Amino acid sequence: MMENDQERMQQLLRKTMLPVAGRAGAELRHDLWPGMLKRLEARPVEVPWFDWALLAAVAVWLVFSPGAIPLLLYYL
Amino acid sequence: MPVLEQPTDVLRQFSHGDLDAFEALFRTHQSEVYGWIVRIVRDPAAAEDLTLETFWRIHRAHARFDPARSFGAWARGVATNAALDYLKTARPETDLPDDLVSPVLPDPGVSEELRRKTACAFHRLPPKLRIAATLALIEEQPYKEIAEALGISTSAVKVRVFRAVRFLRDELKRQGIEP
Repeated sequence: MMENDQERMQQLLRKTMLPVAGRAGAELRHDLWPGMLKRLEARPVEVPWFDWALLAAVAVWLVFSPGAIPLLLYYL
Repeated sequence: MPVLEQPTDVLRQFSHGDLDAFEALFRTHQSEVYGWIVRIVRDPAAAEDLTLETFWRIHRAHARFDPARSFGAWARGVATNAALDYLKTARPETDLPDDLVSPVLPDPGVSEELRRKTACAFHRLPPKLRIAATLALIEEQPYKEIAEALGISTSAVKVRVFRAVRFLRDELKRQGIEP
């Protein structure tokens, strides 16, 4: 019953939405490397959000505990 | 779909951030990655953008790549995630792709109304179910390959396909079509 349902649906889908293979647009028509190079040049590696969160946490800690500044400088 | 493999030294150099090695891998695998993505999103322009996005993610994650693993399989997993993110942001009613810009109807015996209603129902599927259904039912990719690309078990793929079929059946019934 379950398999019949699936087969019927598959037949309907393949009648209404052709598989991609062998159709226009199925194959890559041109080299994408120039586009990749542009993207590599335009988007330098981003700083992850958790690094910013860590930096913010340290800043908050220093505001509320200024006495910790010499300690932090000692360990830097 | 064959998974192309690369000499281990290129993979090792890539994992250390070497741009030439990345270019070599890009040139070898771009067609394969594009072919996989276009099967999922069924839109050549979006597939080209997503191929670049996939390789951008691969470039950023180079240090996490294990050279002992298959680059092709890893790239396919990254590509599937990029396609999934795209499907999550594309709105179902407004972003119906032209189904690979084919002017020919898939089957002349199928009415335009049935084709449109089926396509609409299909694009209402939640993205995770849509990927599984597209690859398994339309593209007839092996369940094992789909499972590897999605990072889940073969049984989980079968469950997703089953849920997709149930969703489509209910959606089509609601529109007065008995599949």
